[in-house]
Amino acid sequence: MTVFFSQLINGLSLGSIYALIALGYSMVYGIILLLNFAHGDIIMVGAYMSWFVMSQLGLGPVTAVCASVITCTVLGVVIEKIAYTPLRSAPRISLLITAIGVSFFLEYTTELLLGSGAKVIPAYFEARAFRLGGVNLGLTSIITLAVTVASMLALSFLVRQTRLGKAMRAVSEDMDAARLMGVNVNSTISFTFAVGSALAGIGSVLYCCSYPQATPTMGSMLGLKAFVAAVLGGIGSIPGAMIGGLAIGVCESFVSAIGLSAWRDAVTFAILILVLLIKPTGFLGRKVQEKV
Amino acid sequence: MAETMLNVDKINVYYGNIHAIKDISFHVDKGEIVTLIGANGAGKSTTLKTISGLLHPKTGEISFCGKNIRGMRAHKIVESGLAQVPEGRRVFLHMSVEENLEMGGFTQPAASIAPNMEKVYDLFPRLRERRRQMAGTLSGGEQQMLAMGRALMSGANMLMLDEPSMGLSPLLVQEIFQIIRDVHKQGMTILLVEQNAQMALSIADRAYVLETGRIVMEGTGKELLTNEEVSKAYLGG
Repeated sequence: MTVFFSQLINGLSLGSIYALIALGYSMVYGIILLLNFAHGDIIMVGAYMSWFVMSQLGLGPVTAVCASVITCTVLGVVIEKIAYTPLRSAPRISLLITAIGVSFFLEYTTELLLGSGAKVIPAYFEARAFRLGGVNLGLTSIITLAVTVASMLALSFLVRQTRLGKAMRAVSEDMDAARLMGVNVNSTISFTFAVGSALAGIGSVLYCCSYPQATPTMGSMLGLKAFVAAVLGGIGSIPGAMIGGLAIGVCESFVSAIGLSAWRDAVTFAILILVLLIKPTGFLGRKVQEKV
Repeated sequence: MAETMLNVDKINVYYGNIHAIKDISFHVDKGEIVTLIGANGAGKSTTLKTISGLLHPKTGEISFCGKNIRGMRAHKIVESGLAQVPEGRRVFLHMSVEENLEMGGFTQPAASIAPNMEKVYDLFPRLRERRRQMAGTLSGGEQQMLAMGRALMSGANMLMLDEPSMGLSPLLVQEIFQIIRDVHKQGMTILLVEQNAQMALSIADRAYVLETGRIVMEGTGKELLTNEEVSKAYLGG
């Protein structure tokens, strides 16, 4: 039973990182129907930023966290402005190919500048563990879960209650109608990228708390898993991304626990295939109406 | 001489290679109800979308309240006081009635949202009853009311309505047109696009007839109602 609980905690903590990243996928898809495959690589850049600030500049973890989150946020918006905005009225496939191009660009530029070897990220805080009713709780897991819950509450508030959040929902539902309301669609889309990328930045830091190293390709697998999470939850849906992320994390953790850790990734992608076959809209996705 | 509110001067609009609007000119004076009638595909909606900035004309000028708005982006045009109720209502189905109205007041200062919403609810009591409901659960007529209420939230002094009668029962059409009259009485200038020529002409001060992207006739609402050609082509008589 205690094994079950500690695996559950592990799974939830890993899953909450997937969820944070999945949110960015889902929000961007919701608003411009783009699968932003560069999203995972933003996480990689965030990880390198933490390494750079702590290991190269010798500054503290607080600075590193801020630097990572801010870098991710800015990078997300810059990518949107440079690569996606000019393609606003282009076919969606062009946008998708561009996203894959941006992803490669980020990976190989990093490799060119910093080499393909892993950079070790110094610990953000001292690892500790608590015992709660026989279950070992790592401080990292606790922080990960707490930060994720806080981020999601903040995001829900933003999307439901604020003016900008309502504009985001309006644009994602009907871009032209939102324009007629006086919404500046371009800046709303940029804002969505900023929020999604900031969440990826937070996810990046949390990921590096558990797996403290940065490599140029670390974002692609992480990004793909988060993508599966977004599809599982129903792409375009914010609560869906949260649920999908947690589900994938818990699933991976249990697959590892029963001794099949080599099959972990395979199981995740098997889930993707099953979802696409059985319920392509995911848990909470809406039927997409193709606009004519 | 009445004050010209909206002036459209020889606009030409293309969809790719298709020349959808050919040299259209017309004007709407302050306090008028003007209607554009014509068959499906005549270019009525395209004209409205061009005025509201969703499309841009290749040539020609559009001015609103003396200000050139040609090429201005749609959200800026709303700010300047010209609101559009789009064809097919286009309410935000996954947002509540109240949130839809809030979106309508997007360009307005926060303090004016609540009083404006009260005015809209007074005009459409049914929306007040359903304020917490998702717009997607409303009937077609209620959605049309919401779309109109949403446009009124913008504090506009001119309203463009695109096919408000589309898909509604005759009874509801009567109701919607009564509301258009009421809004007009309160001082709103209105540009109305309709396939239901009978209804549109009966409330319009002036009207223009569109055919394949051109204005082929104009006159007062009464004149066109009794005009033989119009009557044959659009009034089923």
